[in-house]
Amino acid sequence: MYRSHVLVCGGTGCTSSGSQKIRDRLEEEIRKQGLENEVGVVKTGCFGLCALGPIMIVYPEGAFYSMVKEEDIPEIVSEHLLKGRVVKRLLYDETVKGAEVLPLQETKFYKKQHRIALRNCGVINPENIEEYIGTGGYEALGKVLTEMKPQDVIQILLDSGLRGRGGAGFPTGLKWKFAAANEADQKYVCCNADEGDPGAFMDRSVLEGDPHVVLEAMAIAGYAIGASQGYIYVRAEYPIAVERLNIAIGQAREYGLLGKDIFGTGFDFDIELRLGAGAFVCGEETALMTSIEGNRGEPRPRPPFPALKGLFQKPTILNNVETLANIPQIILNGPEWFASMGTEKSKGTKVFALGGKVNNTGLVEIPMGTTLREIVEEIGGGIPKGKKFKAAQTGGPSGGCIPAEHFDVPIDYDNLIAIGSMMGSGGLIVMDEDTCMVDIAKFFLEFTVDESCGKCTPCRVGTRRMLEILEKITKGQGTMEDLDRLEELAEHLKSGSLCALGQTAPNPVLSTLRYFRDEYIAHIVDKKCPAGVCKDLLQYRIDADKCRGCTLCARTCPNEAIEGKVREPHVINQDKCVKCGACMEKCRFGAIYKE
Amino acid sequence: MGSTKSTVPFRGTKEQEEALLAVIRGMKDEKGALMPILQKAQEIYGYLPIEVQKIISNETGIPLEKIYGVVTFYSQFTLSPKGRYQISVCLGTACYVKGSGDIYNKLMEKLGIVGGECTPDGKFSLDACRCIGACGLAPVMTINDEVYGRLKVDDIDDILAKYE
Repeated sequence: MYRSHVLVCGGTGCTSSGSQKIRDRLEEEIRKQGLENEVGVVKTGCFGLCALGPIMIVYPEGAFYSMVKEEDIPEIVSEHLLKGRVVKRLLYDETVKGAEVLPLQETKFYKKQHRIALRNCGVINPENIEEYIGTGGYEALGKVLTEMKPQDVIQILLDSGLRGRGGAGFPTGLKWKFAAANEADQKYVCCNADEGDPGAFMDRSVLEGDPHVVLEAMAIAGYAIGASQGYIYVRAEYPIAVERLNIAIGQAREYGLLGKDIFGTGFDFDIELRLGAGAFVCGEETALMTSIEGNRGEPRPRPPFPALKGLFQKPTILNNVETLANIPQIILNGPEWFASMGTEKSKGTKVFALGGKVNNTGLVEIPMGTTLREIVEEIGGGIPKGKKFKAAQTGGPSGGCIPAEHFDVPIDYDNLIAIGSMMGSGGLIVMDEDTCMVDIAKFFLEFTVDESCGKCTPCRVGTRRMLEILEKITKGQGTMEDLDRLEELAEHLKSGSLCALGQTAPNPVLSTLRYFRDEYIAHIVDKKCPAGVCKDLLQYRIDADKCRGCTLCARTCPNEAIEGKVREPHVINQDKCVKCGACMEKCRFGAIYKE
Repeated sequence: MGSTKSTVPFRGTKEQEEALLAVIRGMKDEKGALMPILQKAQEIYGYLPIEVQKIISNETGIPLEKIYGVVTFYSQFTLSPKGRYQISVCLGTACYVKGSGDIYNKLMEKLGIVGGECTPDGKFSLDACRCIGACGLAPVMTINDEVYGRLKVDDIDDILAKYE
């Protein structure tokens, strides 16, 4: 038994900011002080507050050290771990109130969160199955296999109101019910861990922080629909997640929780990993199955739906990682417990990857029905540098931008669709006044043009034509008729595309047109980009009153576009200016501005 | 989608071929084995030139045109070799709104190549990638396994200098 535990985040965010080095140094210092039998160091999954990484928490005190540097470690070890004196200087400042150290749950970032899917992330060592079992892991599987019939399991899910967390929000219980009803010699359970939305990393954090919960839920699904084989389709870009899944599968087999005759009940279930290879369309269910089969990941027309003919033409269910992570808790706590959270038609919680122009970037899990204002201003800690909120983007390339006027709408599946966006998998990117909405629409269309698989014409050709129009507008060559054309094309894509990728690709354009039409018009009529992003519509100028003639800008300019004599105001030659902005960054007098 | 031509002559070794054959023998009866085989093959050779695809086709009986179709569909697979230092700039939304596009442009300018290419000396290759999930550190780029976060355009020179 250790008297103290140090939890160091080993998620991708903190690993990227150097948590591995922190952990090595920590172990070295602990050995130096002879504390290795008293203090345990645990590598955990994501705590959520990635902006402040690397993060470590010392228990039993619950002291939350943020942005830890290697050189801080000796002090933390000798002061805190040896002498028991918390190093307040290095704590997350929100947890320090005078002489007191506040629990993490009291901070703005954590206060409104409610963790179900992320329950174990940042709490247990994901590479040790016993820690998962110690927090109630595999209890739900045991209960299902020994006390329940498959149809009871499905009924619990139906009663809980759980809807798919991957994007469309289809009721999970219903999906299982359809697959259970179809007779076949072989059925499959697939887990969609091909998290492709740029700016979303919820599923990755669950896989990295609590891989066993996914395995347990898949086995439960296998029992409910009558499948003995599962596949997890996971992005190859997530090496830590892949490694931990492999470890978890190995341990579960060793403990008899995967494989033959689980819990001595005669139920067989095993899981294999399949790595994605970087194709966004493979997040679509039929494309994902086509890819597991070893083909180009192109979607298939539905019907037949996967519940009837899915992977290898057998009845198949596909659930997203976060959906699965909720299931063991629903089984253990009952459907009423789950249904007591959230809104009328969206139950439970949702994990969001909070990013962009917000102070506390990271991972948050909140009850459905929380407002955007609470997420951005309270949990997210507002917008950096006192800038103004402009929009929040949800749903990635399939979603839309939510303007400030909808700041107080409770977030759930149906409300988001009503205001022109969608839940998607949970990316939530905050944008401020410096973000150009036409440019953002263009950014997402570039993405869909790149990722369109090319199988159906509306998507392959339509997205490209829409992008060309947006390029024209951002270059200042657009006409008002282009806006009508964009809307017309959008309708064709929505109604004519084979899969959700093409059907939802116009959403970023439509939602920005709906809420920020004036910005489009500014680009077209005034030939101006109000946010100062679109380069072709920008001019850099020097304020003659502020310029001291120090010549620094002229020397910095890569294209010799700035002229002027020493101690006299300089001028930018607009014909030569390449709009790189280097002069503006270098000017010490704030004399250079863009318009 | 992968580039469709390779500019570098194929220099596979006997050892590489044996490693590949062992992989294929271990997997070829599995359902849907082509993707895992291609992933292993790329680990062995660093890329998937037509010569490697032919070996896989001969051993598995899968038609070469199907293999080529799969290789060119997925962005992870590449038909041309990568540089010793593989630079990858995240153009995910979170990084993009924090200026990763400028970082990417600066790198293209500094290295004199466009995305997807390799410098003629084989040292650096440059790619754009979608979200690596380190959004808290945006904007982010990686060089091999090293992650650089909270980047500014001015940092690029110093970072590249480390690899001189």
